[in-house]
Amino acid sequence: MTAPLLRVRDLHVTYRSEAGGVPAVRGVSFDLAPGETLGLAGESGCGKSTIAGALLKVLPPGTEVTGEVLLDGEDVLQMKPGRLRAVRWTEMSIVFQGALHALNPVQRVGDQILEAIEIHHTTPAAKARVSELLELVGLPARRGGDYPHQLSGGQRQRVLIALALACNPRVLIADEPTTALDVMVQAQVLELLERLQQELALSMIFITHDLSTLSYVCQRTAVMYAGRIVEEGLAHEVFADARHPYASALAYAFPLIGDHSHRMNPSGLAGDPPDPRAIPSGCPFHPRCAVVQPECPGLDVELWPAGDGRRAACIHVLERAVR
Amino acid sequence: MSVPALISPRRLAWSRRGRALRVAWTDLRRTRTGIAGLLVLALFALIAIFAPLIANEEALSAVNAVDNPRYAAPSEFPPIGTDNLGRPVWDQIVFGARISLLVGLAATAIAMVIGTLVGVCAGFFGGWVDAVLGRLSEWFLVIPFIPLAIVLAAILGPSLRNIIFVIGITSWSVTALVIRSQVLTLKQRLYVERSRALGASGAHVMARHILPGVMPLVLANTTLTVPIAILSETTLAFLGLGDPQQISWGSMLDDAFAAGALSAEAWWYYVPPGVCVVLVVLSFSLVGRALETILDPRLRDRRR
Repeated sequence: MTAPLLRVRDLHVTYRSEAGGVPAVRGVSFDLAPGETLGLAGESGCGKSTIAGALLKVLPPGTEVTGEVLLDGEDVLQMKPGRLRAVRWTEMSIVFQGALHALNPVQRVGDQILEAIEIHHTTPAAKARVSELLELVGLPARRGGDYPHQLSGGQRQRVLIALALACNPRVLIADEPTTALDVMVQAQVLELLERLQQELALSMIFITHDLSTLSYVCQRTAVMYAGRIVEEGLAHEVFADARHPYASALAYAFPLIGDHSHRMNPSGLAGDPPDPRAIPSGCPFHPRCAVVQPECPGLDVELWPAGDGRRAACIHVLERAVR
Repeated sequence: MSVPALISPRRLAWSRRGRALRVAWTDLRRTRTGIAGLLVLALFALIAIFAPLIANEEALSAVNAVDNPRYAAPSEFPPIGTDNLGRPVWDQIVFGARISLLVGLAATAIAMVIGTLVGVCAGFFGGWVDAVLGRLSEWFLVIPFIPLAIVLAAILGPSLRNIIFVIGITSWSVTALVIRSQVLTLKQRLYVERSRALGASGAHVMARHILPGVMPLVLANTTLTVPIAILSETTLAFLGLGDPQQISWGSMLDDAFAAGALSAEAWWYYVPPGVCVVLVVLSFSLVGRALETILDPRLRDRRR
């Protein structure tokens, strides 16, 4: 295996609030190899988008970030402001969720792509590059003269993808790029991302709550719960046969069309995600777990090997290994 | 920046601004009070610009007026009559318009620059910058204007430049607070965060996303600050703190008061400057309100 392009080690992110620190990410580690797509899944509030912000260090001021984000061995979190600004977008860029709000409503979309290029290079070909980028994401170059409100949701998302590619980044962080889109457009955007990833040899971190999407676009997937990774492995294996009860609940949350047992038996996960300020002791998932054991509330779970390049943070993995 | 490819987006931006301006102009034409105010303002602007053509500056000097009748009524000395020294009131009104408008506009320009800078910095940087600038704005907001202006004008000496300076640095605080609140909401927009993630510096974000966002507010505030500045100039001149070399509407009122025009029943001396001040201030306010409703979409909905 080649050396990872991006190494994240023991990342902690704590938001500051009036009631004290709110730990959103609590010790996350993962590697991203060149050309690889890594999926990050989990329900709202589990820290997925916070990781996206932490990688580029674009979090609200006062947020405490510890750990290491090594890009080619250089720690993003320790960079001086000038170096950090240079790295942003040229090395790592983000496809934001909520395409309508990530674009300035009173500027033409072409100008906004141009903005990214002009921040980093003063090249005479910048205008041509904008047209090229728009064509690359499947939009006619003349749409660059449109305002965001003149484009459809899917087109806006394509503009954001073009924007993310403006400075030839090596790592693309797609933060729920398909959330607000209808299913047909979702499929188109996913196809586009997949095509671009192969054509441009991008490394991609794909953040979503939809495990089935991940099994479609990603090689590897990490499932997060309460600010930690609870299971990781090959995407289709995690989706088809999750080892962690939370990951299997997440995989099962999307109904199979035409499957009657599913329809008669909706299998939602009981309860709400834990309050980040009061995370349950031991395995944080134990209050909602269907297969909870008596020792779970007192057990410090970590990612244990669960066979064949897979790891999961659940006591049942250990038991299976012992047996 | 010498490359032609980089110039064309700028030209694009200008054509876009031009179109936005035309839309605003169509909307403004539809508000009757706004257009009335604009017409009156245009009239006064023409009077001020072409003052030497329609009035005689020589006549302002008392030395040249010794042959004129004193306190001549409009019927005796058209068009408006003469004052206690025999100087024609018409010439004073016309040249006074120059001073009043100049002071109003220049002082407003100073106030807008300070107010926008302070507001944008306070809102954008937050933290202790906001605390310091916020307290400073509030201090200027609550301090009684007239005593402060009198003290400043007395210390600096009565000259046109000092009057402009005094009015300018005492009337920026409302603008600063309004701009600051707008910047606070703009700062939270996702596209500002996106711009930061692009690797943009604070200065770039300010110039590219924040300043254009507050410009409509600055424009509306300008038209609302000009009348206040003109009234302030009139007040200071009436209190004898204006430039003694220059005739303005305020100093005319002061002279009329001092010369006892009231008891002489020479209404043609003190009514015209007062009416002019009221007309200009009212017109600026009408235009300002109209602009505000046009530039603020929330008010626009209410209007229709």
